[in-house]
Amino acid sequence: MATATKKKLVQWGPAEVKSALLEKYPPKVARKRAKQIMINEAQQNETPELTANVRTIPGIITMRGCTYAGCKGVIMGPTRDIVNLVHGPIGCSFYAWLTRRNQTDAGPDGENYMNYCFSTDMQEQDIIFGGEKKLAAAIQEAYDLFHPKSIAVFATCPVGLIGDDIHTVAKNMKEKFGDCNVYAFSCEGYKGVSQSAGHHIANNQVFRHLVGQNDEVKPGKYKINLLGEYNIGGDGFEIDRIFQKCGITCISTFSGNSTYDQFASSHTADLNAVMCHRSINYVADMMETKYGIPWIKVNFIGAKATAKSLRKIAEYFGEKALIDTVEKVIAEEMPEVEAALAEITPRTEGKTAMMFVGGSRAHHYKELFDELKMKTISAGYEFGHQDDYEGRQVLPNIQLDADSRNIEELEVEPDETRFKPRKSDKEMKALEKAGYRFKHYDGLAADMDKGTLIIDDLNQYEAEKLVELMKPDIFCAGIKEKYSIQKLGVPMKQLHSYDSGGPYAGFQGAINFYREIDRLVNSKVWGFMKAPWQKNPQLSGSFAWE
Amino acid sequence: MLLRHTPIEITERTALTINPAKTCQPIGAMYAALGIHGCLPHSHGSQGCCAYHRSALTRHYKEPVSASTSSFTEGASVFGGQANMLQAINNIFTVYNPEVIAIHTTCLSETIGDDLPQIKKKAATEGKIPEGRYVISASTPSYAGSHVTGFSNMVKAMAGMAEPTGKKNGKVNIIPGWVEPADMEEIKRITNMVGVKTILFPDTSGVLNGPLSGEYKMFPEGGTTVAELKSTGDSKGTLALGEWCSADAARELDKKNKVPCSILDMPFGLMATDRFIEALRTIAGVSIPEEIAHERGQLVDMISDMHQYLYGKKVALVGDPDQLIAMTEFLVAMDMKPIHIVTGTPGKKFEKRIKELTKDMGCEVNVKAAGDMFLLHQWIKNEPVDLIIGNTYCKYIARDEDIPYVRWGFPILDRQGHQYFPTVGYKGGLRLLEKITGVLLDRKDRDDSESKFELVL
Repeated sequence: MATATKKKLVQWGPAEVKSALLEKYPPKVARKRAKQIMINEAQQNETPELTANVRTIPGIITMRGCTYAGCKGVIMGPTRDIVNLVHGPIGCSFYAWLTRRNQTDAGPDGENYMNYCFSTDMQEQDIIFGGEKKLAAAIQEAYDLFHPKSIAVFATCPVGLIGDDIHTVAKNMKEKFGDCNVYAFSCEGYKGVSQSAGHHIANNQVFRHLVGQNDEVKPGKYKINLLGEYNIGGDGFEIDRIFQKCGITCISTFSGNSTYDQFASSHTADLNAVMCHRSINYVADMMETKYGIPWIKVNFIGAKATAKSLRKIAEYFGEKALIDTVEKVIAEEMPEVEAALAEITPRTEGKTAMMFVGGSRAHHYKELFDELKMKTISAGYEFGHQDDYEGRQVLPNIQLDADSRNIEELEVEPDETRFKPRKSDKEMKALEKAGYRFKHYDGLAADMDKGTLIIDDLNQYEAEKLVELMKPDIFCAGIKEKYSIQKLGVPMKQLHSYDSGGPYAGFQGAINFYREIDRLVNSKVWGFMKAPWQKNPQLSGSFAWE
Repeated sequence: MLLRHTPIEITERTALTINPAKTCQPIGAMYAALGIHGCLPHSHGSQGCCAYHRSALTRHYKEPVSASTSSFTEGASVFGGQANMLQAINNIFTVYNPEVIAIHTTCLSETIGDDLPQIKKKAATEGKIPEGRYVISASTPSYAGSHVTGFSNMVKAMAGMAEPTGKKNGKVNIIPGWVEPADMEEIKRITNMVGVKTILFPDTSGVLNGPLSGEYKMFPEGGTTVAELKSTGDSKGTLALGEWCSADAARELDKKNKVPCSILDMPFGLMATDRFIEALRTIAGVSIPEEIAHERGQLVDMISDMHQYLYGKKVALVGDPDQLIAMTEFLVAMDMKPIHIVTGTPGKKFEKRIKELTKDMGCEVNVKAAGDMFLLHQWIKNEPVDLIIGNTYCKYIARDEDIPYVRWGFPILDRQGHQYFPTVGYKGGLRLLEKITGVLLDRKDRDDSESKFELVL
């Protein structure tokens, strides 16, 4: 078996793999998918080569979810002291109930609604006669029961179709209460082509209704916001630990382990550090325009990437005290990381990985596989856009299609009183001249080897085919993909929910990840798939029992 | 406290559901369709529905769950989903080649009024359904009933595949309801022992409890075959297990094909299993083998052995109507006291049936259909219980209130075993009892003082 596998790996070049992935499709589907599969040239294109953020093909088993999932599940889900009320039939709220592993720490008495699931549970009569009254009553009941500081309303598919005006209902209830901020998200599942549209809708409303609500200046030096970090498996806790050690004050995290007040005060920070480019770059851009906060791309997945990101933050503030502390922290943290790598890499070196996940995660996790000396032979995003693949320099040349145009773009202008450039033009120019890059992201392709396969919106059929042809040592995606891949005898790591592991961010997280990958690729279980009699089916003679 | 905002005072809610004890119809339809051999469930709606249902079923079974979607966009939602559906049918048969596509609707396609039978007809006329392949469909609006209703609607669509030949097949149709693959396997073991030839549908055994062998089969060996489904119209009768899950399909076969039916409770616990075996005996005219009486005797034996630990214990239950009815009867039979019972599935009949089963218990019983787990938790706060039985979401209540807890129902997201070990039948009753007494005695061992701590229990 092992030699046969190796042979295959040698025989199949990327072009052949690509055509094998397409051969079974009806011609129209094959043409469309061909544009979403790219043999990486690893060059900085000005015009995007790979098609992404386009409609899923009906009937082709996709990994993608919907706009509601991106809005309620991803962006708003991790905020603990907002009552997230889903307006719709029961399912949408039920499925998003505690299933994303966003951890939070409210302390013994803090407000925490994350363990609750709220729904208007729309019935047939609500669909026929409209659900606004029921929504208003549900908001009232939630207010009476909990007196939260904020209630967020999320629309599911039928709400948009029957024309419930959730925004007016929210506005009226907010005025009625006076001490509870109520607002709504038109994140019906059918909008856009994936979760990504939901991120954008969530960003818009968070920016419109939450950011800038609290002008109180928080204590601390070196104030940043961490955008696009969702505290899956405790990632955010590890990053917070490192920030604290470095003396960096995180005013708000969008949105792992977050609170309403963090969003409300986020405009008082001096730098936005963006983790997940896809899900949150909109807010970063809008905050720069309105409040004058510059943004940089960071990545805390991978020990080296963590060190690099910390140095980048320190360089921005440019003070020796911070730069020295950051260096000291890195020097303290790295020995343990290096010891773990020294122990583990002999068992992982040369092995191969595939990652199809999210809209930035596949890129971030490549760092960790690089550290383990494993080669990422194919990767892609579930809901990434072209700039996530090929870098932000392609942005001016991305053609907006009807689905993207349907998602609101906020017109943002500098705030009359709160706009304040964090650095003078001269300081910004000096930083840039020294090689510092704001609003910059090179994308996944630049980091992938030449000749590797970059595939957008990979589906179940292609995943199975890829694994069969290229036999990776590990495959990373989400829960829906997990067991079909493992049935093939290839370990599968969930990079949305981390199975039940984590944290994988920061220094300690990197060590956790090395150990987890070591466990997966070297597990004995993959050797048990065939019974002894299946391995040697031919009996040479019968055993003579005495 | 995990559920720290749940107050002890119960206020009436008319619009807000908190911590639901149900989910929506389509996931039930998807689960049922996975019990047809060679079937790809298809969700006619936006792709999130399909993604959520597949994720929930995958987390519960730890097995691959394949299903496709019409991937509605805003355009499809305005102009109707026919074009998406036709394209999907063509793509599915070309790429995956299932024997059956089982389509269910969603709140989206129901609200815009897509007409599935008409779309199916169009697909057939346009030659998009290959010879010998089938497309069946069920209307499963998420805004009515619950996941149980969706299951029932898809099973009814399966019954619609019956093609009577006029010649009886000598078999009994058994509709097991929404039970685990292990339960379906156990029902087949029992009917085999009794010596009754059956067609069990749906049958997810061998589909959602498969082996790891290095091979991935998108359509595993298990499942009720199309030939069997066609043949259900020639069976001598149908046993429908569970009024909520299975009765509609059985009545459909009766009405359309004159296959008589009996509606029984799901065979959980002693008495419901007794009635199931009795029904098999009557319908097939066989005598029951000694092995079955032996298994029954073992269950009675264990009840008597453990009675001292069960007697008078108060229980809170949450789940689906058919399961809860049988479980309530079982608990009452063992002199336990199920005092708080909630299902999210609507139906006044449920409350009536539970009241009947508990009427001689000598204490007040809280029961609610179309209730939620927030209410259940409040009841527990007002009158504490010794045991909670329900799905994984109960763990939040169990931890906050420090109450022993048995996972049973859907979904179970944090433990394994339900797909392999049955809880139906007498053997399943033994397993339920093992679990119940296990958590009760673990609690006793934990709480007893050192001087009261005992070796022999």
